[in-house]
Amino acid sequence: MSASATNTLPCRKAFTDTLLERAKIDRNIVVVTSDARGSVTLDAFARELPRQFVEVGIAEQNAVGIGAGLASAGKKVFVCGPACFYVARCLEQVKVDVAYSANPVKILGVSGGVSYGALGATHHSLHDIAVLRTFPGMHIVLPSDIYQTRALVHALIDYSHPVYVRVGRNAVPTVYDETVPDFQIGKARILQDGDDLTLIGCGETVYHCLVAAQRLRQRGIGARVIDMHTLKPFDHEAVEQAARKTGKIITVEEHSIYGGLGASVAETVSQTYPVPVRIIGIPDENVINGSPLEIFRHYGLDSEGIYQTALHF
Amino acid sequence: MGKPGFSCNFVAQVQMNCMKNTTNNTCIALRLQAENIRKRVIEIIYAAKAGHTGGSLSSIELQTVLFFAVLNIDPYNPGKAGRDRYILSKGHSIEALYATLEARGFLSRQITDSYGQYLSPLSGHPTKKVPGVELNSGALGHGLSVGAGMSIAHKMDGASAKTFVLMGDGEQGEGSIYEAAMAASYYRLDNLVAIIDRNQLQISGRTEDVMAIEPLRQRWEAFGWEVFEADGHCMEALLAVFRQMDYGNQKPKLLIAHTRKGNGVSYMENVVRWHHGVPDKEQYQQALREIDARIAQISLNT
Repeated sequence: MSASATNTLPCRKAFTDTLLERAKIDRNIVVVTSDARGSVTLDAFARELPRQFVEVGIAEQNAVGIGAGLASAGKKVFVCGPACFYVARCLEQVKVDVAYSANPVKILGVSGGVSYGALGATHHSLHDIAVLRTFPGMHIVLPSDIYQTRALVHALIDYSHPVYVRVGRNAVPTVYDETVPDFQIGKARILQDGDDLTLIGCGETVYHCLVAAQRLRQRGIGARVIDMHTLKPFDHEAVEQAARKTGKIITVEEHSIYGGLGASVAETVSQTYPVPVRIIGIPDENVINGSPLEIFRHYGLDSEGIYQTALHF
Repeated sequence: MGKPGFSCNFVAQVQMNCMKNTTNNTCIALRLQAENIRKRVIEIIYAAKAGHTGGSLSSIELQTVLFFAVLNIDPYNPGKAGRDRYILSKGHSIEALYATLEARGFLSRQITDSYGQYLSPLSGHPTKKVPGVELNSGALGHGLSVGAGMSIAHKMDGASAKTFVLMGDGEQGEGSIYEAAMAASYYRLDNLVAIIDRNQLQISGRTEDVMAIEPLRQRWEAFGWEVFEADGHCMEALLAVFRQMDYGNQKPKLLIAHTRKGNGVSYMENVVRWHHGVPDKEQYQQALREIDARIAQISLNT
């Protein structure tokens, strides 16, 4: 682990670069997109592998349906576009054609959460974990940095389940380095140990949890930090162990406070080893206008907000 | 569920033999097969006390022709490489599909008879658990996109497999169909055949009164499709139209099959409430008498 704030490569680019690399060797890898090759960073893929690239225009329902058909006929399919549209406009296609029909399509939702900042609620995806978690067979991963994103792509190519992956728009600080030890879908990672409380993040909040934990340590508070990159299948064991070992848990997610990471953790501890849980996320309101970092700060998702919550917990 | 049953009934075997002879004999064999399937549809729905009767009956000849004379499929190897794909996008016409799969040897009679029972492997809409089913459907407007995806995959692989998607006419209200229609034309999917069971009725009334879908032909032609029309209950017409299709002409194909909802049971024909009506005992017996009379008549002519 080597957290660093200097990274300039967005996770979506790390994803598509790795995918292109693999697709040059594996001709069964197919990408489907809906006029989003720019925002997903698929221009190079479209240019270099046009026979493995399916553009459907602005038609997300069709993108997912076509993706399901391609997967059903043996292709390794990545349907890619803005997260906000893929978990709303075409939700029934995800539910029926992908999850219910067990077609192992990988859906890459880019610019997820509040990445689009002031563009407003149409462009935010703060409900995706809550919704997709209830579809039997659907797996969900939010990688925390570019290194984990790369490891994830390799794990996804021949993964037999449908998976939804959400990444943000902007470059975010790194949490790992090239080695990304033992990345496994469904297996949470303890980034730092501590006995006083546990901070659990997913996606971009993991870095903020780490920074908060370093500040807490200076105050003599030992915080365990868990990267819960996979929201489903959920690593109940890691959560139960954290509850037993540290007695208090704070969850941090770029998602509604309803139905996401916090809810998953609360469901687990309440049925295994009940401990107090604080859920940091977006409250039940339409998000304020601002940059993603300003929004994080406003709702206490940044390291300062996490630090303050921990101090008063 | 376990392996599919292969209870080839005697009638089915006779018909498969007939189909190797003249076109006329083929049509007679297919008509007989369709009537046997119709009888099973009524039996299945009556036993389950549930079903989408009208649209199952209107689609029987279409599904019979596809499974017995058009699709390259193998009930002994439902997942065989290179097979043609069939998607029942109007998933509610499931009883006709189950009866057809049974007749074609994909499903045993024992399993089909479990329909509607507690823990039956058979749902009220298609699921891939059933051999011969390629997509879980039931929500409308999905099949054509998935069929287009399969067709694109076949093109990528240089495979000759074709994909057939049966849609309802009421289903034409779903906007997602036109996203798929655009893409199929753009990608020149001449290996994709869409079929509309044009029985004129949907659950609330006549399609043209609920939400007009005409002019169907012109609309689909405008999307770049090659459009065919045929009597959806005439085996000769259906065989001819499928044989006429050119799978190398760069155009996706649409067959508008003109049908009657509730076809083959006099009191159900063109009556809206039979969309998902279930016959009582007297109605059940009358339906079987009508079908049996036709089976006897067709058998006499062979």
